[in-house]
Amino acid sequence: MSDDILLEVKDLRAKVEDKEILKGINLTIRPGEVHAIMGPNGSGKSTLSSVLAGNPAFTVTGGEAVFHGVDLLSLSPEDRSHEGLFLSFQYPVEIPGVSMVNFMRAAVNAKREYFHEPPMSASDFLKLMRQKRAVVDLDNKLASRSVNEGFSGGEKKRNEIFQMAVLEPRLAILDETDSGLDIDALRVVAGGVNKLKTDRNATIVITHYQRLLDYIKPDFVHVLYKGRIVRTGGPELALELEERGYDWIKEEEDKKHKEE
Amino acid sequence: MTMSSLKQYTDLFRQERVALDGNAPAALNAGRDRAMVFLTAAGSLPVKSDEGYEKTSIDEMFAPDYGVNVNRVNFPVNVAESFRCDVPNITTLLAVVVNDRFVPTTTLMKNLPEGVTVCSLRDADSALLGRWLGKTVESEDAALAFNSLLLQDGVFIHVAKGVKIPKAIQIVDIFSGQTPLLAPRRVLLVAEDGAEISVLKCDHTQTPGVEFASSEVIEIFAGEGAKVDWYDLEESSPATSRWCQFRCRQEAGSSLNICAATLTNGKTRNEYLIDVVGDHCETRLSGMAIGSGTQHIDNSSRLTHRSDRSNSDQLFKYVLDDNATGAFEGLIEVSRGARFNEAYQSNRNLLASTGARMHTKPQLLIYNDDVKCSHGATTGQLDSAALFYMRSRGIPLAEARKMLMQAFMVDVIEKIRLDSLRDRLRHLLELRFSGSCGDAACATCRNRADRQV
Repeated sequence: MSDDILLEVKDLRAKVEDKEILKGINLTIRPGEVHAIMGPNGSGKSTLSSVLAGNPAFTVTGGEAVFHGVDLLSLSPEDRSHEGLFLSFQYPVEIPGVSMVNFMRAAVNAKREYFHEPPMSASDFLKLMRQKRAVVDLDNKLASRSVNEGFSGGEKKRNEIFQMAVLEPRLAILDETDSGLDIDALRVVAGGVNKLKTDRNATIVITHYQRLLDYIKPDFVHVLYKGRIVRTGGPELALELEERGYDWIKEEEDKKHKEE
Repeated sequence: MTMSSLKQYTDLFRQERVALDGNAPAALNAGRDRAMVFLTAAGSLPVKSDEGYEKTSIDEMFAPDYGVNVNRVNFPVNVAESFRCDVPNITTLLAVVVNDRFVPTTTLMKNLPEGVTVCSLRDADSALLGRWLGKTVESEDAALAFNSLLLQDGVFIHVAKGVKIPKAIQIVDIFSGQTPLLAPRRVLLVAEDGAEISVLKCDHTQTPGVEFASSEVIEIFAGEGAKVDWYDLEESSPATSRWCQFRCRQEAGSSLNICAATLTNGKTRNEYLIDVVGDHCETRLSGMAIGSGTQHIDNSSRLTHRSDRSNSDQLFKYVLDDNATGAFEGLIEVSRGARFNEAYQSNRNLLASTGARMHTKPQLLIYNDDVKCSHGATTGQLDSAALFYMRSRGIPLAEARKMLMQAFMVDVIEKIRLDSLRDRLRHLLELRFSGSCGDAACATCRNRADRQV
């Protein structure tokens, strides 16, 4: 861990259509850290990841996000990726007719172009694919198929972590990566994430359940409720939530707001 | 009321009848009077108020003052050869049609297998012409009549009984000239019982600034057990209009696979009349249309099952950008007493801009109980979830859009049964969606002199 700040989110507000979902998010992430964001359904967890990744379906209405000195919110989704942000999707999108190989080649070469590097040679690219597939034990057969098309739930999530391995992000956001995974797949996926962890990159793990955090150990746990982070603590907070549920937090927060 | 553009052509016909007849064999001339009667009765080329032409006025397409090459001016063939569509490893069996004149190549003549004829309609066997020309499908209509009125040359392909041609035959249609020109073009393909043949035809424009129009009729007879593949690639200029009608007849156990791609064009109206008259036939009819600028592409099909136990499958896909317009009207007809047929039809379209328009009209006419039929049409935009997913991996928006548009056409490309043509078309699509295969004649097909001649 270092004193450098990788991501600084200040009073971030966002809406979808006319509904405000994020109502002032503050978050500081340093290299080497793992942050877990938990919270009940509809609290804004996935919105936060979408907004950080630049999903055009959401509108930022206030606040800022500075990513290693860069104004993140002013960048296109593709440039956020080039700058080192990666979102592992809760529901990876199927793209019929676009092969995994072409998809990854386009992604790798776009990043190289962004940094004024020539496209990767075919042999280097194949080597890279082979190497990174090993991280999550991804079947070579999937490489020739269309992106996520006909993949099982587990294969889709492995595929996300495979892409993360290829793109080597500085900050990875794992949005409900545990959903739809059986325990074996969860172990492989979490193992992949841990292999990719260094003291220079950071991870945000968005999850409902404590289970994933047994495999990916967080340094900080945040609870998101009604578009705000209402609690921050260490790994013990996740265990407490597992035991007591979210209702006690909801009650306390709702009471606080009534008093205000 | 403005006068129909038909008049300039019927006037021309009256004035030049002697010359036209002098330029063509008896079998071609035999159709003229009947065509004239039909057109005179119609009074006009089809307009938008005519059923089936709601989105394309043929009358307007042919309104410019096009000339017809009655004097048989020769366009130098070496220029024409430079337009050979570069589809590597496909074929050496190449013929060129310059405007409306058939020009064989020496390699074609040298390499034609035994039992295969590819020649000018003027040199074709008169008995075969008399039997088939204009008679593959029993339907008199404007497209056939207009083509027959001024027809002077064309391509004749005959494959004798049981002869299978391993290589594809390629026909390159080229427009060339300095003044607006109408080219009546005809192909008659007769595949006798058990014959097998693949044909690739490409349409090009050499002088993109000049207005051209083609009236094309492609007649295909597939005898019992015959297998015919026809691939049609249009890469013409924005100043080119094309009215192309396929007239196909399938005998028992035959297989017909037509796949047509409109990559660049001006205005195009393609009509597909397919009569399945024998039992146990297989018919695949597919098309892709890529429109940008003000391109207009209209495909209209009428597939008639007149027999038992056949299956047919139609698939048409459009990607329209800018202010391009597209139309599709597809009809499956299952005749009374035609039993146990399976017939499917699908039209799917992508609109890549707010200015693009698509009109679609799928139809079924079923006069029999024992059938399996379905049809469907969808028109939508690029999948925003897929676009965001790709962008989140660093793929720039423009590239992501291009990849999705190409991906959309994958299942049409898969209908092509020639590996090298599939690869080539994938490549052409990539160029097309990158904007480098644009308004002029396709750059990939230009300046590639055919060294085989």
